[in-house]
Order: sequence, then C-alpha cells, then structure tokens
Amino acid sequence: MTSQTVSIAITGAGGAGVMTAGQMLLDAAAKAGLYGLMTRSSGPQIRGGEAAAFIRLSSEPIDCPDDFFDVLFCFDWMNVDRFAAELPLRPDSVIIGDVDAKNPPDMITTSIARQVMVPLSQTANEVEGGRPNMIGLGILGEIAGVPLEALQNVLERVLKRKGQVALDASIEGVKRGMQVASDLESEIGIDLHLASQPSEQTRWSLTGNESTGMGALRGGVRFVAAYPITPATEVLEWLAPNLERVGGTLVQAEDELASINMIIGGSFGGVPSLTATSGPGLALMTEALGLAVSAEIPVVVIDVMRGGPSTGIPTKSEQSDLNIALHGLHGDAPHIVTAPNSISDCLFTTQWTVHLAESLQTAAIVLSDQSLGQSRNIIDKPADLAFVAKREVAEAGVENYKRYALTDSGISPMAIPGTAGGEYVADGLETAENARPSSQAEDHYAQLDKRQRKLDQFDYGQHWAQIEGEGELAVITFGSVTAPVREAIKRLAAEGQKIKMISMRLLSPALPDKFEDAMKGVSKALVVEQTHSKQFYRYLRSEFDLPKDTNVLAKPGPLPFRPAEIVNKIKELG
Amino acid sequence: MDQAVQQKPLTFKDYKSDYKPVWCPGCGDYSVLASITKALAELKINREDCAVISGIGCSSRIPAYTSVYGFHGIHGRALASATGLKVARPDLTVIATGGDGDGFSIGGNHFMHACRRNVDITYVVMDNEVYGMTKGQASPTTAADWEGSKLTPHGTGVSPFNPLSIALSAGASFIARGFAGDPNGTAKLICEAMQHKGFSFVQVLSPCVTFRPEQAEWKKIVRKGDISASADLGEAAAFLATDDGFSTGVLYESQRPVYQPDLKETKNLKEIEASFEL
Repeated sequence: MTSQTVSIAITGAGGAGVMTAGQMLLDAAAKAGLYGLMTRSSGPQIRGGEAAAFIRLSSEPIDCPDDFFDVLFCFDWMNVDRFAAELPLRPDSVIIGDVDAKNPPDMITTSIARQVMVPLSQTANEVEGGRPNMIGLGILGEIAGVPLEALQNVLERVLKRKGQVALDASIEGVKRGMQVASDLESEIGIDLHLASQPSEQTRWSLTGNESTGMGALRGGVRFVAAYPITPATEVLEWLAPNLERVGGTLVQAEDELASINMIIGGSFGGVPSLTATSGPGLALMTEALGLAVSAEIPVVVIDVMRGGPSTGIPTKSEQSDLNIALHGLHGDAPHIVTAPNSISDCLFTTQWTVHLAESLQTAAIVLSDQSLGQSRNIIDKPADLAFVAKREVAEAGVENYKRYALTDSGISPMAIPGTAGGEYVADGLETAENARPSSQAEDHYAQLDKRQRKLDQFDYGQHWAQIEGEGELAVITFGSVTAPVREAIKRLAAEGQKIKMISMRLLSPALPDKFEDAMKGVSKALVVEQTHSKQFYRYLRSEFDLPKDTNVLAKPGPLPFRPAEIVNKIKELG
Repeated sequence: MDQAVQQKPLTFKDYKSDYKPVWCPGCGDYSVLASITKALAELKINREDCAVISGIGCSSRIPAYTSVYGFHGIHGRALASATGLKVARPDLTVIATGGDGDGFSIGGNHFMHACRRNVDITYVVMDNEVYGMTKGQASPTTAADWEGSKLTPHGTGVSPFNPLSIALSAGASFIARGFAGDPNGTAKLICEAMQHKGFSFVQVLSPCVTFRPEQAEWKKIVRKGDISASADLGEAAAFLATDDGFSTGVLYESQRPVYQPDLKETKNLKEIEASFEL
C-alpha cells in the first residue's frame, strides 16, 4: 500500500531519546525524498519529564497534523496518559510497546487501536552500547519505508562528534530494529511506505522560530535585544550566533521593558532592530511601542503566542494575543500587525514585516505562535526575496531640517545620528514638524493624520493575504490555523465542493478595499481561529463587511486544529 | 556647511539649542545643562556624533535644550535606550540624563544592570529628592520623614537609599557626585566620566526651588571636591558608610572590560542558510 501521508507519535520518559529518534526519523525521511512535520510535546518538568514527538510524513509538502496517528510508539509507559488528548487513534492504528515494559496504563489497554509488543530493551541489550531509541528508530524506519542508508547518513551527521564507537552502536541498533520490524511484519501488520519525491530543489529542515530568525536577517535586522520567554526563546538563541556572523549583535536585557527600549535606541541609531517575546512580554512592551509609533522609530516585535492570559499554558499554542497586538497600544497609535501562515512563511512574513516597519518608520508586531515556532518542518528552500530594510533617511547639511515634515506620503526622511545638520530630538511628546514638543491642536491633528496616512497609503501588494481557490463559501483565517484549513478545503475539493480560502497575513492596518475584492462572489463565510472569545471574528466584523451568513469555528488551545474538525464544520453548514 | 565654519572650535553655547527650558527660575538643572555643554565643548565632540538620551521628568527635558541628537523616551527607560544605541552604534558618544525618580524608582532595575553591564555611556542624574513634574512627591532619595507631599502626608516612612552605594555594589566602574551650585566642578566631573571607558555615573545634587525650597541651604552644606578617587572597592565602600550625601568628587574609578561586541561580518547569509540544508 502507498498512502499519501503517515503519522507517527513517539513517547517515552525523559532521557529515553524520544526527540532525538523523532528528529532523526524526520531528517532521514527528508533525505529519502519525503516531506514532514514534527511537533514536540513535553511534561511540565524542566528536565527529565515525559516527552512526545508527533511526526507526519508525506510525499508532498505538509504543514499541519493529521486527524489520527497511524502508529503510537512507546519506549515505556511513563505518563503516556498525559498525552492522551493529543494522541487520537483509530481502530487500524497500531500501538507499539516494549514487551518488557510492565503495567501499561488504561489509556493503552482500553484503546481502540491494536497493540503489538516488541523486544525493545532486549534487542538494545544485545548491542554493545545499544539504546532502545535506536532500535525504535530502526523499527519505525522499516515501517515507514525510510531506507537504512538515509538513516545511516543522518546518524553519521548527528553523531560524528560522539566518536566512532557510539556511531557504530547506533547504526547497529537501527539495523537490529529494522530486522525486528521485518521479523514481526505480520504482527505489526501496517505498511506505511510513501512514494518519495526525488529532490529537484534543495530542502531545508527548520523550526518556525529558526525560520523567523532567518527572515529577520534577510530583512536586514542587525540589532536584537532579548529576554527569554517560552516559546519565543529559540528565535533569540538562533539569532545570537548568527547575528554575530553577519556583523550584528544581540544583547540579553534585564527585562522586556529593557529589551524593547534597547531596540528603540538601536533603531534610533539607524540599525534595523527586533526583539522576540510571548504574550506576557508583549504586554510589558506596549508602552514603549507607543513611543516607537509616536517618535516614528521602526522596530519589530515577534510575538510567539502561547495559551494565555498570564502564565497560561506556556508550552502550547493559541492565537489569543490578537487583541493586544491590534488594540493594546495607548492613544491613537497606528502600527503594523502581521501573521505568518506556516513555518516556511515565518521567514517571508518576518522579512516583509521588517521591510514594512523600516519603510513606514513605525512599530510592527509579528504574530507567530508556539505550534509554528517549536515545530520542525521539511520544506523546499524558500526563494530569495528582495524585501530588505529600506528606511528613508535625511542627507547631511539639509537647511532647516524638519524630522516630522508633513509629506504627502506621511513618511518623512529620518536623520540618523552621525548626519551633520540633522540633529533633532526623537520624542514621545507630541511634536510640531520640526520635532519641537507641541501641545497645539493643529500639530496633534497633523501628526496623527500623518502617522495614519503613511500606513493607509502604502502599497502592500498581494502579500496582505494568502488567497486560494474560488467558491461561494470562503473560509477566513490567519496564522497557524491556515494549514489545517487548507487541508480541509483540499479534502472537500476531492469530494467536489469548491471553497475559497482567505488567510490574512496583514492584520493591521486593515485593508477593506482589498478584502471586499477578495470576497467578490462569496455569499457565505466561515471564520476559523484558535481563541476562546472569537477575537479574530470580532476584528473582522469591526473592520470589514462580512456576508450575513457568517459562521465561526473558534476553539482555544492547547489542542491543535485537525483538518477533520474543519471539514465537519463545513459539512454541518451545508 | 562651510569647511572653515566647521573647523572653528565650538563653545559650550554651540551645544545649546535656542529652545527655552520649561524649568522654574532658579532650578539647579540649568546649571547641569551648562556643565554638560561645557564638557562637550571641552572634549570637542562633534554635535552630530553625540546623542543625549532621557526618560521622563523635569531633568529629562534636557535633550531638547542641547543641539546634539536627542531622545526623550518614556519614564524610567533612558538607560535601556542609551544602551541599545551605544551597542548598535559604538561610534557615537552617548549620554543618558534624568532625575532621581526616573533613574532610581521606575528605572531602578535598568540602573543596576547598566552598572554591571559596563557599556561605554555616561549617566548624569540630577537628584533633587523629589518628583517635580508631577508636583512634588517623594522619590527613592527623599528622607523618610519629609511631610511635604500630599501623597505621603506623614512622610514615606521608608529609608532613602544612597545611589552611589547602589552603583558601587552593582559594579559601576566610574562613580562621582557633583553639585549644581558648582557648574565648573560638575563639568569637570562629567568630562572625566565621558573619558572613562565603560559605564560612568554622575549624581548631581540639583536643588528644586519649587517643591524643596529648603534645598537652597545645600550650597552651605555641600563640600566641593572632598572625595578622593579610589580604585579600591573597600575604600570606596568605607567612605560611603559614613557619607552624609553632601561630599562631591570622584568616588571610584576602575578599569573593567567594556561591553562592546565586535560588529564585524564574517559570514554571508547564504552560508548561514546552508545550515538548514540536510
């Protein structure tokens, strides 16, 4: 049998090597010409807790989880029940466990899925220095049709630092695992071989947080201030060494108030600047974002959203920072809000957002989320794009320079320190055109108009939304929910139903004309979002004209959207 | 600009803007403004190569009264913005200014970390032991029994702290105290602070004639230049143990590694992208 996609979950106690085995399987599958996605889940322990790797492999690019897992592979039974809600199985799924693991939990014994016990630790013990996770990798490789040479290639790359002995033990373990799977072929009774697509294009393996970091570099960011917060930290950790390589730098700040004000300082100095955080950090930064808007200093804040409010569910995804990103600033403070719609798009959207912030001299927030940020994806190498930071700067020696000159575009040339004759004070106080503080009504009106005008008049091109397909029904969404929506629409298309998808990349400023164009011929809408209070739907209602027949599918984290939920909702609408 | 004009040495007046300060007549901050501009003239800093960064408060209005680049940001965050600017643009001379409320209360955390980070910036705090812009409330340097504020009519009951002690224990590498009543002495201190490699902190006692009129007496109490600079932490700490807050001069100066990453490109984006390839 050759299926289109396969889904494999791997679980085990901390230290069992779940994540290592998972990533090796993903990378080896990619070596063998497949695409894939790996999402990680772990218990609340800082170290040593139970862990789960959720992998989906496919012949074609894939970027969301499937409805069910074909295989649940458990190295042990340690707290596996904590993942129960994340592990939908069906009758033809297989749970593979260790024959020597005692007392399987109810979740396993009462599961509708078949159970097959294999000699996992026994086989590992037969290999000098053998580890069960390598036996498991071999078993899964055999079941999924990932050839030994691809697995061996990945092992060589990953384990070369550990020395030949460790490498040989791992290769031997993988071989034994493949043998176990082939010996027990009829018991396991599942064949998940996929048709591989020979690589014409270079493929990348990266997480959303790394993709975001690369987008920042491509966009021209050379200064970053950082305060750690889950699940955004990896953006910053990836940027630290890589910024250094391209002649930029990252400073670890004492708190988020410092990090946002540091990047405002760096950008005042003419260097494109960025920080990354999550909801609680964004809340701390909103005062300073008002300053960036008022003083017209470009900065970009990446918000890798997690379950909120407050500490919430830091390791799980949600889209519930939409409201604060759109409306959290004090005063009338027009700014940019964007959202990447896939791991690959984290790169594009971040790069584009840096370009927008720099061009428009304003603050920008990128709404990524945990499910994008911390998942690893095999993608085709993204095309090189021309969006590089482009700030309109003032030349030296301009007579009577006015920093906040009332131009038609609303964009005024910015003098960068070091430019003689451009000396001015960037100010949070309202100012006149010449940057002098002013509380005069005419100055306030004029500057408010200017700061709004520059955003309203800018040509955002086609990038404001990802629009796919045609149909009387439009599914409107944003961010990480795009992938399951797209897959749901594809499944319904196979059944003959035509549906349009509008996934919004630019959330602020709202572009009602473009939205109206996109909605031509649409008489019915479904809004899909991962919030509890329908934040996205309320935003759409406040900014755009929606069809009378508009429905909402909103659910909060921590569980991801699966395509079947969206298919069912659309079918329910009739 | 004409070359000949550009080469003419600038005087302290050239570093002042033509903008009239919002300060009350007699405010100590006028004198500190003069000291800062004198230091800039003394060190022959090009106007375009210098930035004065501040937060919110009476003294934080200073950037607008100078003719160099300025940044008047939000309450308490001057040091964060100044740090970002200097690290991103090490070629610039960066001076942060502000008051005791801005620097030691809302911005207290940044003060501590600026001391230990040791970025090459100078921080001048005009300390008048009161929030003036909001019409007279107690700050972290106000005496516990000061009953002059409607907000704390019985005094705060909270001991003030000595900013020099905080700076010393947080690892600042240059610490000094000046007095607004001695503008030349203060200009000299600011000059030394700016020449110091690393974070330099200058507390300037700057009387508030409006909400703390009793501070007019300071000129009788302040001892000009009676602190002798030490590079020994123990010695400086011992001095502070009996400090009444009215000694002036350089308290402590030592050489520590300056926080300044080398901004040199060693790889291009393509090489970085290659790390994603399998």
